[in-house]
Amino acid sequence: MEQPSLNRTEQLQEQLKIVKAESPWRIAIRRFAKNRLALIGLIILFIMAIICAFGPLFSPYELNQTNIKDKNLAPNAQYWLGTDKLGRDVLLRVMLAGRISLTVGLVATAISVVIGATLGAVAGFYRRFADTIIMRIADIFLALPTLPILITLGAILSDLKIEPSKRIYFLMLIIGILGWVGLARLVRSQILTLREQEFMQATEALGLRDSRKIFRHLLPNTVPIIIVSATLGVAGAILTESALSFLGLGVVPPTPSWGNMINAANNLIDFRKRPWIWIPPGVCILVTVTAINLIGDGLRDALDPKMKSR
Amino acid sequence: MSESAAPLEKSYVGGTGEPLIQVEDLKKYFPITGGVFQRRVGDVKAVDGVSFTINKGESFGLVGESGCGKSTIGRTLLRLNDKTDGKVYFEGKDMHKMSKSDLRKIRTKMQIVFQDPFSSLNPRIKVGEAIGEALLDHGLVSRKDVKERVIETMKICGLADYHYDRFPHEFSGGQRQRIGIARALIMNPEFIVADEPVSALDVSIQAQIINLLSDLQSEKQLTYLFISHDLSVVEHLCNRVGVMYLGTMMEMAPTDELFSNPLHPYTKALMSAIPVPDPTLKRERIVLQGDIPSPANPPSGCKFHTRCPMASDICKEQVPEYRNVGNEHFVACHFA
Repeated sequence: MEQPSLNRTEQLQEQLKIVKAESPWRIAIRRFAKNRLALIGLIILFIMAIICAFGPLFSPYELNQTNIKDKNLAPNAQYWLGTDKLGRDVLLRVMLAGRISLTVGLVATAISVVIGATLGAVAGFYRRFADTIIMRIADIFLALPTLPILITLGAILSDLKIEPSKRIYFLMLIIGILGWVGLARLVRSQILTLREQEFMQATEALGLRDSRKIFRHLLPNTVPIIIVSATLGVAGAILTESALSFLGLGVVPPTPSWGNMINAANNLIDFRKRPWIWIPPGVCILVTVTAINLIGDGLRDALDPKMKSR
Repeated sequence: MSESAAPLEKSYVGGTGEPLIQVEDLKKYFPITGGVFQRRVGDVKAVDGVSFTINKGESFGLVGESGCGKSTIGRTLLRLNDKTDGKVYFEGKDMHKMSKSDLRKIRTKMQIVFQDPFSSLNPRIKVGEAIGEALLDHGLVSRKDVKERVIETMKICGLADYHYDRFPHEFSGGQRQRIGIARALIMNPEFIVADEPVSALDVSIQAQIINLLSDLQSEKQLTYLFISHDLSVVEHLCNRVGVMYLGTMMEMAPTDELFSNPLHPYTKALMSAIPVPDPTLKRERIVLQGDIPSPANPPSGCKFHTRCPMASDICKEQVPEYRNVGNEHFVACHFA
C-alpha cells in the first residue's frame, strides 16, 4: 500500500495543513461583505433593532402613561417626537411598536419557513401521493386572496374578544400559516433536482434513514434559498401586519404597532396639523422594510449567484 | 469477514465458488413518454435479459461501450433502481422483494463506488462526517468511537487525518475517489460495485486507485462487480469478465480465457482496440462500421448484426443462444 509518490504528496500536504478549511458559508459571507448596499441595510436594521430593544429602558415614560395636560404637543426637548392625543410619548410608542412589529415579522416568517420547508421537502422527496396532496393544498392557499382572508380572520379575532396582549400571537400564527406556499414550492423544486444527484444515490446505497436524507443531505442544500426567501418574507410579514393593524384588525390599541399608530392619524386634522403622530411610524416601516429587502437581495447574490441575472 | 475466505490469486477462478450474487434474466426498461399527456410511447431497453453469477471473493468485470447498460446493471443490482423484470439474489435473498427495513439492513453489506467523484459527494457535508455517518445511522458504532474508525479507514484509503474536517471542494479528483472508497469501505461490506471508478481520473491516479482497490480486495476478501470500458484495467483486476452490447451479455469467460481466446466478433473488435505501448508493432485492427443502434429500438435477431463483420442472414432473424462452450466460457453468437 505504501507508495512513494503518495508519501511525497502527503509531505507537501503537511506543509499546507495550516490553511483553514473554507466552508461554503464562509465564501458566502465574504461575498456578502463586499456588497455595500446590503451591508448598509444590515447596519440600519441592526441599529433599528437595538434602539427598539433597549431604547425604552432609557425612556422616562411608561407605556400606557397618559398625560392629558401634555396632549398633542409638537416635538420638543421634553418629548423628542411629540405626544399623541392622549399625551403619550410618541418616541416610546414607536420603539415599543418596533419591538412588536419586528417580532411579529420574524415569528410569522419562522412559522412559514418551518411549515414550507418541511412540506416542500416531503413533497419533493416522496413525490407521488404526498406530492400531489401537498401541492394541491398549496394551490388552494395560493388561490385564496390573502388580504380578504386576513381581514376576515382579523374580524373573527375581534369578535372572539381576545385580549389585545394575546392577540399578537394569533396574528403571528395567521400570517405565518398563510405564507408558507411560496417557500414550499421553492424547496420542493430544489429537492426534486437534488434527489437525482449521485450523492443522493450514495445515501440510498448506504441505507441512511429518510429523515437523515431529508434533514442532513437535502435541506442544507436548500438553505441558501430558504434564507433569501425568509429574509424577504420578514419584510412582507411586517408590511402585512402593518396593513392589518392600520385597518384595526391586527395589533389593536393599547398595544402599539407601527400600523395602528398611523391609524391614529385617520382624520384630516391630525393628518395635516400633527404630522409627528404618523410620520415616525411610517418612516420606521419604510426604513425597516427597505433595509430588510436590501439584505435579502445581498444574500441572494451571495448565496445563490445563479439567481442574480433575474 | 466471511469465514470461508480462501487465499486469493488472480488465476483463481470463481473466488470461493460460493455464489454471492445471482442475476437471472434481469431487465430494466426506462419508459419514453411523449405527447400532451406524457403517455408511454416506448422503452429504452437499457438491460435486456442478463444473467450471471458472482462468487464470494471474486471480482467480476463488466465491459462494453457507453450506453450498453453496464451502470444500469450495477444500480439495479443494488436496487438503486427498480427492475422491470428478472431476479437478483444476494446471499440467496431476492433483493427486489425485500421490505424497506430488510433492505436497509442489507445495505451495510453491499456498497457502490461511483464514477464521478465530484457529484458523488455532498458539497455541504464535511468529509469525516460523510464517511462516518452511515455507521452512526445504522448504530454500528457509538458516537465517540466514530472519529477513530473514520480516521482509520481514511488512512487505509490513503487519506490523512487532517482531511477529516474538510469539505469535498478542497480535494482533487483522485482524493475524492479515495473518499468515496472510504465511505463504501467503512461499513465492512462484502460486495462492492465499482461503477467506472477510474474513468474520470488521470492515468497516473488511475493506477493508484486500481492498486488501492486490489489491495483492499486481498486484505478484506471483498467481492467486486467492476464496471469499466477499459479492457486493460479489467484484465488487471478481474477473475471473470462479461462483455455487454446494447443491454445484452455477448460473452462471458474467465479473464485469461477471454483474453486469449475471444469468440464473439464484438469482443475481438474491442480487444483489437486495446492500446499497446509499442509503436513499431503492427496489429490487425478490427474497425466496427456505423453507430451503436438505439436501445429503444434494437435490431432484430442478434443485436450486433448491423455492425458485425461476420454477419449473415441467420443473424438478422434468429437471436443467438447464449451457451457454454466449455471452460466456463459463455458466448452468444451463431458462429462461435
